[in-house]
Amino acid sequence: MFESLSLLSLQEYWWLIVSLLGALLVFLMFVQGGQTLIYSLGKTEEERTLLVNLLGRKWELTFTTLVTFGGAFFASFPLFYSTSFGGAYWVWMAILIAFVIQAVSYEYRKKPGNFLGQKTFEIFLVLNGLLGTLLLGTAVATFFTGSAFSVNKMNLLDLTSGNMPIISEWKGPAHGLEAALNPINLSLGLAVFFLARVLAILYFMNRVNHAVIMERLKKQLLHNAVPFLVFFLVFAGWLLFSNGFAVDPKTGIVSMEPYKYLHNLLALPVVAILFVLGVAAVLLGIIRSAFCFEKCHTKGIWLSGTGTVLTVWSLLLLAGYNHTAYYPSTYDLQSSLTIENSSSSHYTLTAMSYVSLLVPFVLAYIWYVWRAMDKKKISTEELKSESHVY
Amino acid sequence: MNHIDFSLVDWSRAQFALTACYHWLFVPLTLGLSFIIAFMETIYVKTGNEEWKRLTKFWMTVFGINFAIGIATGLILEFEFGTNWSNYSWFVGDIFGAPLAIEGIMAFFLETTFIAVMFFGWNKVGKKFHLLSTWLVAIGSNLSALWILVANGWMQLPGGMKFNPDTARNEMVNFWQVLFSPVAINKFLHTVSSGYVLASLFVIGVSAWFLLKKRDMIYAKRSIIVAASFGLLASVFIMLTGDGSARAVAHHQPMKFAAMENLYVGQQNAPLAAFGILKADPSAPGHKKMDFRYLVEIPDVLSYMAFLNPNAYVPGIYDLVHGNPAHGIPSYNERIAKGLTAINSLAAYKRARLAGKDSLAAASLTTFEANYSNFGYGYYANRDVHELIPSIATSFYSFRIMVFLGLHFFALLLVVLILTVKNKIETKKIILYTALWTIPLAYIASMLGWIVAEVGRQPWVIQDILPTIAAVSQLKASSVQLTFWVFALFFTALLIAEIGIMLKQINKGFNA
Repeated sequence: MFESLSLLSLQEYWWLIVSLLGALLVFLMFVQGGQTLIYSLGKTEEERTLLVNLLGRKWELTFTTLVTFGGAFFASFPLFYSTSFGGAYWVWMAILIAFVIQAVSYEYRKKPGNFLGQKTFEIFLVLNGLLGTLLLGTAVATFFTGSAFSVNKMNLLDLTSGNMPIISEWKGPAHGLEAALNPINLSLGLAVFFLARVLAILYFMNRVNHAVIMERLKKQLLHNAVPFLVFFLVFAGWLLFSNGFAVDPKTGIVSMEPYKYLHNLLALPVVAILFVLGVAAVLLGIIRSAFCFEKCHTKGIWLSGTGTVLTVWSLLLLAGYNHTAYYPSTYDLQSSLTIENSSSSHYTLTAMSYVSLLVPFVLAYIWYVWRAMDKKKISTEELKSESHVY
Repeated sequence: MNHIDFSLVDWSRAQFALTACYHWLFVPLTLGLSFIIAFMETIYVKTGNEEWKRLTKFWMTVFGINFAIGIATGLILEFEFGTNWSNYSWFVGDIFGAPLAIEGIMAFFLETTFIAVMFFGWNKVGKKFHLLSTWLVAIGSNLSALWILVANGWMQLPGGMKFNPDTARNEMVNFWQVLFSPVAINKFLHTVSSGYVLASLFVIGVSAWFLLKKRDMIYAKRSIIVAASFGLLASVFIMLTGDGSARAVAHHQPMKFAAMENLYVGQQNAPLAAFGILKADPSAPGHKKMDFRYLVEIPDVLSYMAFLNPNAYVPGIYDLVHGNPAHGIPSYNERIAKGLTAINSLAAYKRARLAGKDSLAAASLTTFEANYSNFGYGYYANRDVHELIPSIATSFYSFRIMVFLGLHFFALLLVVLILTVKNKIETKKIILYTALWTIPLAYIASMLGWIVAEVGRQPWVIQDILPTIAAVSQLKASSVQLTFWVFALFFTALLIAEIGIMLKQINKGFNA
């Protein structure tokens, strides 16, 4: 089935899958957003425990999506893995450490003998929520703004020039931290941060059975939705009017093209529809939950969540499709990574494509288990009857 | 190759070793305990006896504490292939990335989705669905081990791939050859069964502590029955797969095998060094030659172990370094020359292609392909060939201590099972104390297994194809040094927290 597809079709298929995993990851980062809200929504120990437990039942899903996103990116576009992870070392290390401290925090937070104390693990959760969203958003923005690096596969064969025989080389000493100085990167980082908080609020509205917390959720929704919208509009506005990194399909030469991402949007109508539908669904989910609270507040997470997936998916597709360099180099345009020059071979992409047929099955059992476990809302009283509490 | 920053290579290796060791502290318990819990819950569902449910829940809590830190330490490893070994990620990413992605899609989601049911679903789903979830967590955990071990096995015996000179990397040509390589299969079976033995010894050791304290005796004895039966079976299996692993090393990584045995000069009817204490040989400084201070040998056994023939020739370190024409073994200098030819002819091929000189390109490619099996040796041109020898003392002692401990585990599991079946275990204090103190020994043996496998294959990231010096990312050594210490600090703090929590939780007992 997949064997007969051209290499380009397989590359496009895998960009679709990796982008979808990235989009699902951003949606699932409501867990990170929620972690940054535990102190503003939970004023008592009991309230904080309720919130932490609600997030604690989903954190592994987010974490696993991050790991799978990394694995799929490695398998399908190894040159990205090699160039970005080895180059933007400090950003990725900071993101990884932020997730390391999260992984133990739920389980260890309230357990006796935890050595660092409950407060430390709660701070870990807040730090993960803050850095995880902000840095991932900033890193993804470089897919559009570019980074300074060079790639030369011949370096591997260079035993005499005095350079290390290393293919990808990052330019500048900050190894990725410089991305945070770019206001456009930062605006996407902040948009992801506030979006994660908005999604967390909508998730809590769907799950929590606690009148006081619900009141705080109502207030917090708009406090976070407005800054999200501002930062998102800054980024989206810049994107539509900025120059982009175009690839000549015949020669593979990369050059700057005015309004490249706007052109991509117009050239890819399905992506444009996904983008518009996505943004509309995110906004509708927020507006309905804020202004039609009584009837609509439990459904906001599904509407805005779906919208998030569609929006992020379409943005990532814009970065890689229609002859665009998805990981551009501002130092040497010709070192920019495209889905064509950075992908795995036809054989590997074909083998991986068969594995990808498992994805709908995986999504189905995740959905089934989510429904089975989340049949009713949880209150602090009900939490006391649980045998495993974070 | 004097421009290579060796301190960067060393710190990158140290960081990977540190993070891998910390990760492996937690993985084997997860692999084995997940099955032990599934056995216990199966008995609960079959019998309806609430005591088995309590037993299941107790070990499930222990599992949860261990699982969390296993995830935390595992995340780093996946991304470190990119952050610290960027050349490697491109050079073999076409093959190595696939198992990692399959691991995520096939195993990690299974684990994490159903672990939520396992912990929080007691009152939300039916008994049978809960049991199914517990089994799926065990299967998911072990499946994830399969894929990463397939990837590791492939690095020790690269196959199923072909070098593409135009993309300057290895590309997969046969997925099944990667998946079913003999090294990968042995590695998976040996590694997961070592996890089952460690988890069994952990459960028995903790239960022995309860028996010594005369607390929760029924629960402790039931735990021992399940764990000892499972552990004993796994222990037999570990010996069989260990034998297969050693043979695979002898065939495919002769230098690792020679280092494990401190066999300096090869011989027929090679004896096995059953016990030995090493001393450095001052006559050959820099050659890493070690002599035996004490040695107990078993005649012919090494030849038989390696090639199932007591008369077989087993090459030694000297033969591999300096060559042995009588046995068709090329010297390292010959291999370095061939590797250099491979590197230079690939460069010539690239230049000829750019210049449009097709016939020169074709000739260069032919030369390259004829020498590619020694590609990695080319990076050692103008360097001391003895750098290609791994640490002999580390390999030799790690292997022996692991094997001796493995025999101790087998004996202990057998004795504990018999005594528990005869209902005499609580009266045998020496056995109970031995079981308790065997917990750390199980961790030591498990770690030593990896040390044999990974130190013994140095300096190769991909056997004969890519050495560590050509696989790293372009970073400052001080940057990697800093992240090394950050990880060391974090992981040590988390380990202390984990042990503290585990001890408190165990102390609460089965009826908490």
